[in-house]
Amino acid sequence: MKMLTRRQFLRRQVLGTATFAAGALLAGCGPQGVPGARVTLSQWYHQYGEPGTQDAVLRYARAYTQQHPDVAVQVLWVPGDYGTKLSTALLTGGPDVFEGSLTAAMVRAGQAAPLDDLFSPQVRADFSPRDLAANTVGGKVYAIKMLDDLGMIYYKKSLLAAAGIEPPRTFDALLAAAKALTTDSRKGLFIGNDGGVNALLTLLPWSAGADFLQGDKIVFNDPRTIEAYRKLQELNESGTLLIGAPTDYWEPSSLTQGLAAMQWTGLWAYPAIKRAFGRDVGAVPWPALGSAGTPVTFLGGWSQMVNAQGRHIADAKAYVQWLWLQNTQYQQDWCLSYGLHVPPRASITRTAGVFQEPVPAAAASALAQYGRALPPDWNAAMGTALTDALTNSLKRGQPLPAELAAAAAKCRRELERALEKYHHRSKKRGSRCQAPKSAIPAGAQCDRCILGVHGPDPAWAAGLHLDSHRLGLFAELIARPEHDPYRSLYRASQLRRSAHRQ
Amino acid sequence: MLFALFIVPLNFALALWMALLVNKAGRGTAFFRTALFIPSAVSYVAASLIWRVSLFSGTPFGLANHVLGLFGAHPIAWIGTASPPWYWLVLVTARLWLQAGFYMIIFLAGLQEIPKSLYEAAAVDGASGGWAVLRHITLPQLRATSVSVLLLNLIAAFQAFDEFYNILGGGGASSGNIGLARPPLVYLFSLAFSSQDFGRGAAGGFILTALIVAVTLIQGRVFGFGGSEK
Repeated sequence: MKMLTRRQFLRRQVLGTATFAAGALLAGCGPQGVPGARVTLSQWYHQYGEPGTQDAVLRYARAYTQQHPDVAVQVLWVPGDYGTKLSTALLTGGPDVFEGSLTAAMVRAGQAAPLDDLFSPQVRADFSPRDLAANTVGGKVYAIKMLDDLGMIYYKKSLLAAAGIEPPRTFDALLAAAKALTTDSRKGLFIGNDGGVNALLTLLPWSAGADFLQGDKIVFNDPRTIEAYRKLQELNESGTLLIGAPTDYWEPSSLTQGLAAMQWTGLWAYPAIKRAFGRDVGAVPWPALGSAGTPVTFLGGWSQMVNAQGRHIADAKAYVQWLWLQNTQYQQDWCLSYGLHVPPRASITRTAGVFQEPVPAAAASALAQYGRALPPDWNAAMGTALTDALTNSLKRGQPLPAELAAAAAKCRRELERALEKYHHRSKKRGSRCQAPKSAIPAGAQCDRCILGVHGPDPAWAAGLHLDSHRLGLFAELIARPEHDPYRSLYRASQLRRSAHRQ
Repeated sequence: MLFALFIVPLNFALALWMALLVNKAGRGTAFFRTALFIPSAVSYVAASLIWRVSLFSGTPFGLANHVLGLFGAHPIAWIGTASPPWYWLVLVTARLWLQAGFYMIIFLAGLQEIPKSLYEAAAVDGASGGWAVLRHITLPQLRATSVSVLLLNLIAAFQAFDEFYNILGGGGASSGNIGLARPPLVYLFSLAFSSQDFGRGAAGGFILTALIVAVTLIQGRVFGFGGSEK
């Protein structure tokens, strides 16, 4: 073996160091910018369970850059608790494009940009009206639905036929079917490891004709809700529910492995069930309860939003329009090739082959007829209060009416707290806005303030509420070409001090 | 708080018992010490998942239900049942398995500090049987160690989070179960991150810290901090 001469060794060393240094320099590039692109958009997705989804989103992003070489898109695939990470990021900037479910709080905090101008009339007509309505706050559309999810009770047709049972259309029929199908090694129904508290929290009252939040009123404290939850208790006590399965209800393996005869899970699981059972599978929406009830399923899914605090809003909007609205191929691929989801655009549902099969067709029509979703003002704290009430009464035997009343009171307080931040007590023209300064976050869009300050700007960040005169002064400041936000903050605090002195 | 009152003596007693046994094991001391300490090195999340999915799963195929089946009993949904509250069995066994080994090591160190001459003197004086020796020699000599183990135990009990969050379900699909046993940290976690109320969550964290410090100081007052013995 030839000995390494000193010169060669040094050359390798230097080359190695140079590469390392170059790598270190490039690593510093990060999300700041891909070299060669005018704009780099950051896009966040949560970790979808279906395989192939991550490659798909990267493919879409690359396709966009191929067609628009000056815009690069960097996709971040977020595992774990996506909701928490996203909301934390959105507090201070955040990604340019992200997915999630639209809430009114997001709109009020200025985290979602209005997207009405991206919809042409034909596209708007093509979108399902429920999806558009769910993504509309204050008359404007703030999110584009990418895929629709819903839940169904799946069952093995041969099992039901062997026991001589019809697919259940009412709650009592479901209970009877579950009892008939329970054997020593198999339970009749699987609705989650917690006895259905999470899966059916909103569905059962909806199936009985009750509701949760209408307008700005909490309405779930009524006899129909109580009856619905009592039925859940009956279901739990009947011994027909599978509890403690290795995976939860959103995963169909309890059904496909024969641990339960029927399972409540989503349309996303249909390909896996089809692989296991072939044609021997049927599905029904959650059955009606009582005479005033209707069948029900949840309208879920993910929407894509543009960050209104981002630096490249126009580019982000163009990207989102290209991806979901200007053509249908990406939405079709996204909804149909990885798991199965109902596309929000009717044209895709009509032409897709998989939706001619009995179960997906039943699912799509159930979604259109019976799909329900909670309004955007409902938040996680209310959900926790209601879940606790149900858990306490179901598992610990506390009286249900008292628990529901307490939960309703908690939810009312939550709702008031969420809405009250943006109420202004004084409406006299020219007077100073009386809202507590700490209650309005930076960039809040004030929809009630007579002064009409809109959109994110440093005055709000300074917690300022300026009357019209000082607002004019401030507007002059920021209109200057050498506008520096920090300078304006300082100037704005000077103005505030002068305002307080009066 | 009740959980702390319950789990701390249990943990303490188990660790002490294991330490006493291991100390007497002669040649096998090193092996048993390692074997009983290794669970402390296991991730709480991994252990919780194994407890939830395969040991105490509600299906007839979980280990616990399999054993029950051998005796002819029906399978129990360990984690979902609240009356009787079987989920406590799951939580407590997971916690003990994960933590007792660590405290055992501390006790072992303390036990090995006790001079043998004390035991010989006791034998000469006619102390009969293991209990007398335990009460009069071993435990008093272990006073300093006991205080530190108790302290660590209390602090850990107030910080209980991992096994509760993972066994009872983390606010996702089984969020109906998390309401069954909610220690303060789990509550603060869901308050801050699910309900997005960071202010309250942070405040709660401070209050919890203050509580832990207060309990520690009280314990120090009552039992002494294990300083010089008079």
